[in-house]
Amino acid sequence: MNFDLSPDERALQDAIRELCARRFAPADLRAEGMSAGRWGALEEAGVFTLRVPEDDGGLGLGMTHAVVAFEDLGRALVPGPIVETHVARAHGVPAPTSGLIERAAPTIDHFEHLLAIVVLDAGGAARLEPSDVEVEPVEAPLDPFTPAHRIVSLGDGERVGGPDVASRMRAEATMLTAAMLTGIAAATTDAAVAYAKEREQFGKPIGAFQAVKHLCADMYVRMEVARAAVYAAACVLDDPAGDDGARAVAGAKLLAGEAAVANGKTSIQVHGGMGFTWEVDQHLYLKRAAVLRNAFGGTHAHEEAMAACL
Amino acid sequence: MDLRYSPDDDAFRAQVHAWLADALPALPPKPDPENWPARRAYDTAWQRALHDAGYAGLDWPAEAGGQSASPTRHLIFLEEAERAGAPYVGTNFVGLLHAGPTIDACGTAEQKKRYLPPILRGDEVWCQGFSEPGAGSDLASLQTRAVRDGDHYVVTGQKIWTSHAQVADFCELLVRTDPAAPKHKGISWLIMPMDLAGIDVRPMRTIAGSNEFSEVFLDEVRIPAANRVGDENDGWRVAMITFSFERGTAFVSELLASMQALQRLSDLAKKNGTWGDGGVRRTIGHLVADLDALWALTKRNVTQSEATGIPGPLGSVFKLHYSEARHRIGDLAMRILGADALSMDAEHTKGWIHSMSITIAAGTSQIQRNIVGERILGLPK
Repeated sequence: MNFDLSPDERALQDAIRELCARRFAPADLRAEGMSAGRWGALEEAGVFTLRVPEDDGGLGLGMTHAVVAFEDLGRALVPGPIVETHVARAHGVPAPTSGLIERAAPTIDHFEHLLAIVVLDAGGAARLEPSDVEVEPVEAPLDPFTPAHRIVSLGDGERVGGPDVASRMRAEATMLTAAMLTGIAAATTDAAVAYAKEREQFGKPIGAFQAVKHLCADMYVRMEVARAAVYAAACVLDDPAGDDGARAVAGAKLLAGEAAVANGKTSIQVHGGMGFTWEVDQHLYLKRAAVLRNAFGGTHAHEEAMAACL
Repeated sequence: MDLRYSPDDDAFRAQVHAWLADALPALPPKPDPENWPARRAYDTAWQRALHDAGYAGLDWPAEAGGQSASPTRHLIFLEEAERAGAPYVGTNFVGLLHAGPTIDACGTAEQKKRYLPPILRGDEVWCQGFSEPGAGSDLASLQTRAVRDGDHYVVTGQKIWTSHAQVADFCELLVRTDPAAPKHKGISWLIMPMDLAGIDVRPMRTIAGSNEFSEVFLDEVRIPAANRVGDENDGWRVAMITFSFERGTAFVSELLASMQALQRLSDLAKKNGTWGDGGVRRTIGHLVADLDALWALTKRNVTQSEATGIPGPLGSVFKLHYSEARHRIGDLAMRILGADALSMDAEHTKGWIHSMSITIAAGTSQIQRNIVGERILGLPK
């Protein structure tokens, strides 16, 4: 048993961090959102082919590698259908960009950039073309970098896998979304702590006051608890002798979603009045956290799933 | 990252499992919780059985008479012991988790030879004399005075929250040896035999009705200077080493027991109809996620201590989240049980009342947040 990053996982983490620092700084996000060039940089870094077998041109890595990478992509608020495309590629849908939704989903993100849409239902997974989907835009989406469309109708598409494949895709997408949420919980902790060290009131850094210090400590606790759950769930998904990971994944997503939203809120609180301005980035984390927390099962659904385990 | 156990560790688990299956049926009935001599006899007999089977001091170094087992093996043992319903460490807690490891780390060769083997064999029981009425969270402000008189210290003062004092042979005692020095620099760590003249043990009753804690009054107790562990006035450093052993795997048994309590609580909810209340059901579901995550966090801690030799700072993270989860389990039980909860004989009610101590003992949640804020996040004092 070794619950620490392997040298490989650490190297991947460093590479993703370096990429995010170079191409996905908050100013870039504000200036261009997702662009073809930046999508190409993710493609080149192997974000979408991490778990594609080496014989098929991928990197042949496991879910523990993927969660480490997606945690940092979440930390940098990298936009676009990155989880969906990654999961679709890992299951043989080669489109450059893919969506991934439940058939009953009311909305779909990033529709205008999608070249394929994988739809999951009780019968399995189907691949639809954008022309098979009728949508209308959601006005003023909560996260300015996650445009959404309401789904008016969905075609049947072409079957690409049975119920087992669908449930595996669902687990992986939930897992990677949880990893991104952990990254948001970590980014907001870092930002709040840095601000609490630098911002002075009453003649000292506000982080010296226990009222603020304890807010920061709670952020850290939520983040580390979520991270432990996320990494453990990834280990379950990688273990061929393990169970289907449904319990571990739902628990991880539940805690990571809560950690990201609570930390997003707390970071705004620690930043005070400036935290309520558009120019300070903290609201972007909170808004993305709300979007991702709702993706692949919200709090309500995950809590019910966990209760059903007893 | 790989959470799978090695074949060797699986073999160790099978061996522990088989031994427990043989050893547990041979245990005498559990003693009356108020009868401390009987509890001591029960706990120490179990420790002796562990010793004779080669499981005593799994986490202690071999030079100290322990097994030098990896933290992973220790975790496996604790997991199997809890699943099998084996006795808890009980009155052996301070000796095995505090005093023994501290003496091993900071004591003289004679002290190690004298005190460590009887702890492992279950022959001698220890208690803790750290907190005082005026020194709780601010432990370093302790006032119990030790004045040097030839080969002895003459000790006068009062200790509190001393578990199992009524049946202990020795006390790990923090005293002030230099009242003029800054508060952290005038403390010494002493081994106090509990049969010395001038020691008065007065048990206290807790809100759970139990009487494991005592106040200990010390009136000119003469303790040999040879019983000092570490240098004179260096006791704060020694005490910090004592605390470093307190975290890590200390909550493994409790965490697994909490998972079982949550399972029983959900069985109860299914029987009494409250399971149909979505709020109750989802609160249970959330707690399942919390306890699973705490189990994962325990494994993270074990990996860290395997790499560095000491439990990492995640100990405070664990304690904060675990203790608050216990509060929520207790609150949920009160909601599920309704009027049936209004008896101190109800298992879950006792757990609810007991949970109040978990956010206080071994560093309150507020102190833990200071530790996380200052030592991990680097926020200013």
